[in-house]
Amino acid sequence: MALRPIKNLKEFSTANERLEGAHLLCPGCAHSMIVRELMNATDDNLVIATNTGCLEVSTAVYPYTSWDTSWIHIGFENAASAISGAEAMYKARKRKGTLKDPDAPVKFVAFGGDGSTYDIGFQWLSGAIERGHDFTYICLDNEVYANTGGQRSSSTPVGASTTTAQAGRVSYGKKEKKKDIVAIMAAHGAPYVAQVAPNKWKIMAKVFQKALETEGPCFINTVSACTTEWKFDPKNTIEVTDLATDTLIFPIYEIVNGTELNILYRPKKVLPVEEYFAAQGRFKHLFKPENRHIIDQIQKDVNERWEYLQRREEARV
Amino acid sequence: MAEKMQLNEVEVWDGNLAAAQALRQAQVDVVAAYPITPSTPIVENYGYFVANGYVDGEYVMVESEHAAMSACVGAAAAGGRVATATSSQGFMLMIEVLYQASGMRVPLVLTVANRAVASPLNVRGDHGDMYAGRDSGWVQMDAFNAQEAYDLTLCAFKIGEDMRVRLPVMVHQDGFLTSHTAQNVHPLQDDEAYKFVGDYKPYEEMLDFSKPVTYGAQTEEDWHFEHKARQHKALFDSAAVIDEVFEEFKKLTGREYKRVESYMMEDAEVAIVALGTTVETARVAAEELRKEEGIKAGVVAPRVFRPFPFNEIRDALANVKAVAVLDRSAPMGAMGALFNEISAAMYTTPNRPLITNFIYGLGGRDFPVSEAKRIFKEQKAHADAGYITTPIQQFSGVRGPKLGFFETKRS
Repeated sequence: MALRPIKNLKEFSTANERLEGAHLLCPGCAHSMIVRELMNATDDNLVIATNTGCLEVSTAVYPYTSWDTSWIHIGFENAASAISGAEAMYKARKRKGTLKDPDAPVKFVAFGGDGSTYDIGFQWLSGAIERGHDFTYICLDNEVYANTGGQRSSSTPVGASTTTAQAGRVSYGKKEKKKDIVAIMAAHGAPYVAQVAPNKWKIMAKVFQKALETEGPCFINTVSACTTEWKFDPKNTIEVTDLATDTLIFPIYEIVNGTELNILYRPKKVLPVEEYFAAQGRFKHLFKPENRHIIDQIQKDVNERWEYLQRREEARV
Repeated sequence: MAEKMQLNEVEVWDGNLAAAQALRQAQVDVVAAYPITPSTPIVENYGYFVANGYVDGEYVMVESEHAAMSACVGAAAAGGRVATATSSQGFMLMIEVLYQASGMRVPLVLTVANRAVASPLNVRGDHGDMYAGRDSGWVQMDAFNAQEAYDLTLCAFKIGEDMRVRLPVMVHQDGFLTSHTAQNVHPLQDDEAYKFVGDYKPYEEMLDFSKPVTYGAQTEEDWHFEHKARQHKALFDSAAVIDEVFEEFKKLTGREYKRVESYMMEDAEVAIVALGTTVETARVAAEELRKEEGIKAGVVAPRVFRPFPFNEIRDALANVKAVAVLDRSAPMGAMGALFNEISAAMYTTPNRPLITNFIYGLGGRDFPVSEAKRIFKEQKAHADAGYITTPIQQFSGVRGPKLGFFETKRS
């Protein structure tokens, strides 16, 4: 596989222009940073399937396409199945000798938002991982149904206000915990699973390369800060993401072969979670006196989670 | 290279095995499937072929029918031959993706063993699933027995993959009545069958990296209508290719197929229009009635349900006085779908026959020759009276009080 050197961001980020700039994603959306980084991580040909969501509706509006690579979108839930089919077809045609260029290196990738990954496409993803297709699934996790205007998903964290889990006079927003998708995917026995964030671009690029190089199904959860639904200034995407990783709300780690957990980023200074909350409108109501206890509870949960990940890392099981 | 299978001149196959053999002989590149009664043996038989070296392609057993059709679309967009099988609830779960497959103009073949749709849960054959696919943009062909299930499946690849068509194709057979009934089937030998189907011709494929393609774009009010209009035209235009393929198949095998199959219609005064195994039942009834009572009865059957053979139906029924259209699907607050199609076709002809509708055989309820005869005789009574003497829609074979809806307006 042809991997790109990961040294200089400017050089890396302009290596391959396979997602053309004229797309319709919001200014400040992290999706395009993540997608471009994946596409820049390799010079191999890419076959990409994308679930319905912000990325899809913003990049393939007829008669235009932003994709300078093979790309398919079927429905909200089935990119993992679509890529399974494409990968199976590649194997069959390679064996039968019917490929136009049988030696062309190719990687199969699927993208989905958290709505299509954690919720509606969960079964399709689980099936594709279980079957062991050679592909990488990347979840662009912005913790909300952003494309349809900000409804809760099972990735939405406790305390966030969404249009279907609203903060109000008697509600502090979403009450249910975010689903631990990384653990679930690791439990499938996938050879490589990780969670990364675009502010730590070198780590993210290396993780993408590792996933693309690994034979079999790999799952990467990427934190994708959403300026529109998280409610922050579009210029602050990376700053908000810094707060996500440095408060340990989003720990960055990988799990190899379902058991070997490695923490990939340790903040020099761990920040209190309220700094992350204070930067986003969706958590504004948590600072009301009657909701402060939610922040305290989340801080406790984050601390415990970090402790758990470190123990898992030490234990190597 | 896959092993070849030596077949006898006459094999004893049920409809499921016949369909599975056709998939094997077409050397499908990817079969992505999920089992469901009564089509399960199609994928089981295929699984046997895979396990014993008779298949070179990939066999992907997915976690649902929705995923099966989704994987089929992904595979088809990657430029090879694709097929799957399903029934009933599985068909219903696939429906979202059926529309996406036809909208993306990817050829693939779906073999359907027709079965009733719940609730109540029922595994037996009716045409509820087939009807649910009628607006999905697929070519839909209907086999009345195992031989036809085999023949039409081979034809399906050739039709759908033709550069003038590029649409997905369904081949229907009746659940259990065809799918599980062992019958004599005259197969082609492997080489002969493959030569007929031909090599797959990739077009706009995702694995040709010299020319990237985008599948599944979004269109709103600015372009959606034009896409759908073209797709509709393509489906109607596929009729000519279907005729060509049937003609070629006849040259090869001597077996003749037409988009509308007419039986004893030359001088028929009354007719039954039906789909599936019922066609054969009605044919027996027509023959017997002609001998026993001199009633000039005939049978008309759309071999191709989509594109609907509007003109051929008009020709087939040009001279009859009364027609009973049999729908094996619960119409739920409307006339039967086939009745509506036939009525629409005949309304624009100089001969507007008296057309009535029978809902029959739901959930696998038997439809005997005696009932077909009774229906023919009722048509004869309409013909003699010159008007419909019964309710326009009746239920045939249901227990309880007689069910009928709507009378003819005579003034």
